[in-house]
Amino acid sequence: MEFTNEEILETIGMIAEDKLDIRTVTLGISLFDCSDPNPTACAGKIREKILRMGANLSEKAQFVSDEYGLPIINKRISLTPISQVVPVADPAAFIEVAHAVDTAAAEIGVNFVGGYTALIQKGETAIDKAMIEAMPEVLATTLHFCASVILASTKAGINMDGCYKMSRVIKDIAQRTAAQDGIGCAKLVLFANPVEDNPFMAGAYYGAGESESAILVGVSGPGAVRRALERLGPDADLGEVAEAIKKTAFKITRAGELVGKKIAEQLGVSFGNLDLSLAPTPAEGDSVGQILETMGLAMPGAPGSTAALMMLNDAVKKGGLFASSSVGGLSGAFIPVSEDASMIAAAKAGAITIEKLEAMTSVCSVGLDMIAIPGATSAETIAAIIADEMAIGCANNKTTAVRIIPAVGKEVGDSVHFGGLLGEAPIMAVSQVSSDIFVKRGGRIPAPLQSLKN
Amino acid sequence: MEKQRKRIVVTVIGEDAVGIVARVATVLAANHVNIIDINQKILDDEIFAMTLLADRAQSSLSLPDITAKLKESIADLNLTVTVQDSELFQYMHRV
Repeated sequence: MEFTNEEILETIGMIAEDKLDIRTVTLGISLFDCSDPNPTACAGKIREKILRMGANLSEKAQFVSDEYGLPIINKRISLTPISQVVPVADPAAFIEVAHAVDTAAAEIGVNFVGGYTALIQKGETAIDKAMIEAMPEVLATTLHFCASVILASTKAGINMDGCYKMSRVIKDIAQRTAAQDGIGCAKLVLFANPVEDNPFMAGAYYGAGESESAILVGVSGPGAVRRALERLGPDADLGEVAEAIKKTAFKITRAGELVGKKIAEQLGVSFGNLDLSLAPTPAEGDSVGQILETMGLAMPGAPGSTAALMMLNDAVKKGGLFASSSVGGLSGAFIPVSEDASMIAAAKAGAITIEKLEAMTSVCSVGLDMIAIPGATSAETIAAIIADEMAIGCANNKTTAVRIIPAVGKEVGDSVHFGGLLGEAPIMAVSQVSSDIFVKRGGRIPAPLQSLKN
Repeated sequence: MEKQRKRIVVTVIGEDAVGIVARVATVLAANHVNIIDINQKILDDEIFAMTLLADRAQSSLSLPDITAKLKESIADLNLTVTVQDSELFQYMHRV
């Protein structure tokens, strides 16, 4: 036969037992032709374009999923940053547009739309100000629209006024969505050096350099990587472990590339890129933390976790880059706390702390992701946590992000529960040492030097 | 290329029983799906595993319809059946 029994059964096992899947098929849509100073007209044009471009997304994705027997978990849309499309410095305009996007998303059956996005790494325009002012209401009153704010870049440095402002916005959103454990905060990502072709939510937006529309695919298979390492046994050295990760990443990436190309072909749009990130879900076995455990760490967060994660992240890229000519997006291992069963257990046991997570984010994508902290944490401390994470991104010329939930009325020992893909998160301890004066200085931390690096 | 696009891999795994291959082959034949290659084994003395490569170019059924017919034919047995376009295996296992 063209394929051996073992090859076929390996693929079947990856899908059925190890939960190999296409995590998201995200249709990027440019909104530059929808700009209009009349908010109602602008909202109407955006709504019409989403409905027109995205009408067949769910149906075609299902067709391709059936053909290859490969589950596609999420169908999503990413949009041009809304702050570049709505040319009105009025919060009410952004609220109107956001609701139009939200209802359009529901109509075509996508669960998230990314692009309530502002780029303020160097400073805010009057439009950015209005858009951010409307953000708490938008995130509290819409279901599908996800927000992101770019606060830092290697070339611009860190906008500390922006960090402080966003920490207060986060507290406001947490308050407004307190009845649902602050779920509004799970739909907001703060970035340093974001990518413009990220298919993953909540941080996806469709950048200004992209084409009219494109299919962006996020593959996932932490379970398949873990299985490959289990087969290797405990005696294999780390070079062999890296090799096994590479080979598995290659196969996962090939599956993703095939599906992405086919869906793009079916929809008549270009295939943008494949994001070869290992993205966990709360489901048993679909965990990045468990890969670290299989490598030999009792729990993620144990000493050695940063080294193990660096190797995992690097091996995934090396295997994936050979498998696809269209690699883009974030492409790395995700370590969100709430969305990964092993990370949840480690956080509950106190094995992993915010400080250790911060160290781990210097070697993987993406950042402090889905971290729940006590609701009483001050805006100044949250701003300082954000600034630290932005600094890791700036200095290392990589994407970092913060998605943090100050859970109103909750303390260490409590949990927040979002359900579904967002999972649950134990409240993690935050340092009680004050950063107030540093944060209140405001201004901008200059761009870090890119030579003399030691 | 067009010919290859119509190739499917049928996988049947589960509890062994008499006549599984016969039932699968009957359904495929009745629906004009031509078997190109077939491989069947009993793993660890108890698990039935069959992989089969076939051409559905002459069949009027869609891939999910073929899956449904096959499932129906072995519904009384403890087996799982998967039908996939062979291109997936080409992509994952061949450079």
